[in-house]
Amino acid sequence: MTAPAAALVWELVARTAAVSLSATAIAMLIGVPAGTALGLLRFRGQRAAATMVNTGMALPTVVVGLVVALVLFRSGPLGSLELIYTVRGMVIAQVLIAAPLITGITMAAIQALPDELPDQLRALGANRRQLVVRLCLEARLPLLAAVMAGFGHAVSEVGAVTMVGGNIHGQTQVLTTAIVEDVGKGDFRPALVYGAVLLALAFAVNAVLTSVQQRGAAWARS
Amino acid sequence: MTRRRWAVAVLVAAMLTTAACGSGSSGSATASTATPSGQMILATTTSTRDTGLLDTLVPAFEHAGKCSVKTVAVGSGQAIDLGARGQADVLLVHSPDAEQTFMGQGHGASRLAVMHNDFVLVGPPADPAKVSRAGGIVPALQAIARSRSPFASRADESGTNAKELKLWKQAGIAPSGSWYVKTGQGMGPTLTIASQKRAYTLSDRGTFLATKRLDSKILVQGGQALQNPYHVIVVKHSGTNVGCARAFSRWITSAPVQRTIASFGTSRYGQALFHPDAHGQ
Repeated sequence: MTAPAAALVWELVARTAAVSLSATAIAMLIGVPAGTALGLLRFRGQRAAATMVNTGMALPTVVVGLVVALVLFRSGPLGSLELIYTVRGMVIAQVLIAAPLITGITMAAIQALPDELPDQLRALGANRRQLVVRLCLEARLPLLAAVMAGFGHAVSEVGAVTMVGGNIHGQTQVLTTAIVEDVGKGDFRPALVYGAVLLALAFAVNAVLTSVQQRGAAWARS
Repeated sequence: MTRRRWAVAVLVAAMLTTAACGSGSSGSATASTATPSGQMILATTTSTRDTGLLDTLVPAFEHAGKCSVKTVAVGSGQAIDLGARGQADVLLVHSPDAEQTFMGQGHGASRLAVMHNDFVLVGPPADPAKVSRAGGIVPALQAIARSRSPFASRADESGTNAKELKLWKQAGIAPSGSWYVKTGQGMGPTLTIASQKRAYTLSDRGTFLATKRLDSKILVQGGQALQNPYHVIVVKHSGTNVGCARAFSRWITSAPVQRTIASFGTSRYGQALFHPDAHGQ
C-alpha cells in the first residue's frame, strides 16, 4: 500500500486527457454536423438513422472495444496499420463511444428548436449555411451538454481502452485501466489516488465547458 | 401447512444422507463432527480458471458435500493477500516463496501440495532472439535482453510474474526499457498482447494451450527452473469457514480427484495440463 509516484500520476493524467480530449474533439466534428443533419433534414430512412443513433447512445463500451480490437488485430482487416495497443487505437475506440452520444443529443437539441425558426431565418434572407450556423448557435447550450456527455463517457470508460490499448505501462495505460490493475493487485491506495485525480480531470474539463455554456446563456438572456 | 413441513423435513434428510455418502466415498474422516456446510470463498489464480479446471472441480466438490463455493480468480499475490485479511477461506495458489511467508506469519492452518504444471517461454515463431537454441531459460532471457527483443511482462504480482522476476534475477538482468512491455493484466490478455506485438512472454503451459488465436509458439520448456507447483492452503482467521476449507483441502488431495486432475484437458488439448502431486488415500 504505497502512494504512486507523482511522475506516474502526471503521466497518466496527461495520457488520459490527451486520448479523451482528442477523441471528444473528433467525435464533435462528426457528431454535431451529423446530428444537425438528422435533426433538420427529412429524407428516406431518416427515422431509421435516428433510431440507430439513439441505440448507439446506449452502446456497451466493451462491445465497441471488442469490435475495434478485432478490426485492429494483426489478423484483422486493418491489422497492417499496426494500431492495436497504441494510443491512436484507443482514440478510435473512444470516438466510436462518444460520437453517437454527441450526434443523438445534437439531433434532439436541433429538433427542440421552435418549428418556425428555420422559416423565419429564411424569410430574413439567410442562405443555407447561415441558417445552419444560426440554428447551431441557438442550440449551443444543449450542444455543449452533448460534448460534455461525450467526454464524460469516453474518459470514464475502461473496457474498450483495456482491450484496444492493452494497459501497457508507459505506453497505453490510462487512469481507469490503472485503477482496475491496482484493485486487481489488492493495492487500493494508488487506485483511490487515480480515482480522485480522474474526478479532478473531469471536473476541470467540465468547468471550462460549463463556463462557456453559462456565459452563452447569460448573453442570450441579456 | 403440515404437509409442506413434512416435505421439507424429508428433503433435508435426503440431502443430509447424500452429503454423508458423498463425503464418505471420498474417504474423509468427518464422521466425528457435523458435515461442514455453508458458503466458502476459494481464492485462486487465473490459470486454474482460464484452463477450465475450476469448472470441472468446483461443481464436483459442491455436489460431494454441503459447501457452496464462491471462486475469486485473481493473481496469486492478491489471493494470498485475501487469505491474510480473512477474506478467503481456502487458497489454491502457485507462489511458493509468498506461500511460505504466509505460513510463517501464521495465516494458514495447513498447506498441501496439489499438482504442478510448468512454465514455458513462448514467442514469435520467427524467434528473432534465437532463444530456442540458447539452451535453457536463463540464457534465453539473456538473449532476449541482449537483442532488445520485445518481452511482455504481466507486472501484476501474480505467481507467474513472481517466477518471471526471479528468473530475470537469476539471469543477472534488471529488465527495463521500451522492449520490456508491462501489461498489468492476467495471463490470457498478456499472451494476446505478446502475440500481437511479436513479443516473448513467460506463461504457464495450461493458459497458453487454452488461449485461442495466438500466433506464438513454445520456444523454451522443461527443466527444474520452470516447474510451477500449486498448493492448497486452509486459511486460519477468525470468521472463516474452516470446516469447508478443510473438506476442500482433503477432497482435492484425495486419490479420485487427483486422477481427475491428471486426465484434465487430455481430450481437449492432447496433453495433460496439470500433474498431480498429492499422495491421496
